[in-house]
Amino acid sequence: MPKKAKPSFEEDLGRLSEIVELLEEGPDTLAEMLALYEEGMAITARLQETLDEAATKVAELSRGDDGELALEDREED
Amino acid sequence: MNAGRELPLFVEPEGPAIYTVSELTDEVRATLEGAFDDELAVRGEISNFKHHASRHMYFSLKDEGAVLRCVFFHPANTALRFAAEDGLEVVARGRLGVYPPQGSYQLYVSSLALRGEGGLMAALERLKKKLAAEGLFDEERKRPLPRYPRRVGVVTSPSGAAFRDIRNVLSRRWPGIEIVLRPTRVQGEGAAADVAAAIADFDEAGVADVLIVGRGGGSLEDLWAFNEEVAVRAVGASRTPTVSAVGHEVDWTLADFAADVRAPTPSAAAEIAVPVKEDVAAEVAEMRLGASASAREYVDGLFDNVSEMTGSYGFRAVPRRIDERLQRVDETAARAARAARGALAGFRSCYAEAARGFRALSPAATLARGYNVATRDGATVKRAAAAAPGDDITLNFADGRRAVKVIDGEAGSA
Repeated sequence: MPKKAKPSFEEDLGRLSEIVELLEEGPDTLAEMLALYEEGMAITARLQETLDEAATKVAELSRGDDGELALEDREED
Repeated sequence: MNAGRELPLFVEPEGPAIYTVSELTDEVRATLEGAFDDELAVRGEISNFKHHASRHMYFSLKDEGAVLRCVFFHPANTALRFAAEDGLEVVARGRLGVYPPQGSYQLYVSSLALRGEGGLMAALERLKKKLAAEGLFDEERKRPLPRYPRRVGVVTSPSGAAFRDIRNVLSRRWPGIEIVLRPTRVQGEGAAADVAAAIADFDEAGVADVLIVGRGGGSLEDLWAFNEEVAVRAVGASRTPTVSAVGHEVDWTLADFAADVRAPTPSAAAEIAVPVKEDVAAEVAEMRLGASASAREYVDGLFDNVSEMTGSYGFRAVPRRIDERLQRVDETAARAARAARGALAGFRSCYAEAARGFRALSPAATLARGYNVATRDGATVKRAAAAAPGDDITLNFADGRRAVKVIDGEAGSA
């Protein structure tokens, strides 16, 4: 099961676009602006990580002898 | 009536041999069952169909001239691949037998098949109506697909062209996508149950954000698994949003109606499931630039204000330095985070420096231009009224201080 700790790509993208908007409107204080900017750059880095991942993975879902479902990397032709 | 012959009151001893009902029925059974093959096929229209609580099926086959009772026992009838109903033209296979308690003969059905394409279509329409009436195909049940799925589940045959097409399109549009295949039979007996089990497996394992369920094109019979109730219901019940992709554009199956989104082909399903990564990357880059530009503008504005308040005291260099830092952030897209952190650190110290400068530099520069400041006991003497004749005050010059005594209450008389 995937951990839910990391926000999804979609959530990140949504938050980033929010931040861009807030920065465009102009925050009230420099501290606020810096916090937004810093958060935006951190999100960008996370998004970029996903965008940079170029190797497509193909796995197979099957039920093992123990009755548990498991993923196994699939040999590609 | 019956003139001339009187019926006997008692059994006549010279009459024919007497059977009990059971004996006769046994004879009939032996004769009848001996006269036919163990398996025979009969065609006719289903009528009086009843699916009993015992899960056995009771019905008749009829044509214009006759009716044949039939029974289809559980569990053999669970293999039935269409919804049997009155009016369907079918061919039943089975054994002809006698049922003594009712004194009737009947067909003990072992399999039931629709007759030809017309029969398939009729059964399809009926099941479609039934499921539609239940609301399984309602628009309100359709869920939106995730826009950026990390993992795409695929329910199809591992050897078919459909999987190859799906995989190619997915990895072309979004290199780095994770594809999870649950190999499934897609035609023939057991295929529908396998498709249903595969969908349930994905829900259980929780390893897909979206499911593509389907197969390549084929005849109505080839695609039939996706019209079977168990498969159609499984698609409708999937907790993972589904895209159905069965056959070519012209083909449709009931699974298509039950899915959240229907795609005309497996390739089209893959296109619907994931966006083009380059487009998204461009969008992200644009937002990053937007954020940097806004941040820079904000800082520029800040320093404009400072400059306005202080005149031009060489503050220009500070925003320029920040500009350069931010620009570097823009240019190194891949290293954006690291660069940003660096820029921010610089940014902060620049601002602190600027603030210090504002405090420290400002009066010194003013004094250098020939102004001076009067103080008394360390406090600035801001008003003439605060310096009465006879007071001792200090004049602060750029290069030092002088103690002076106020002589007169009016300027210009010295």
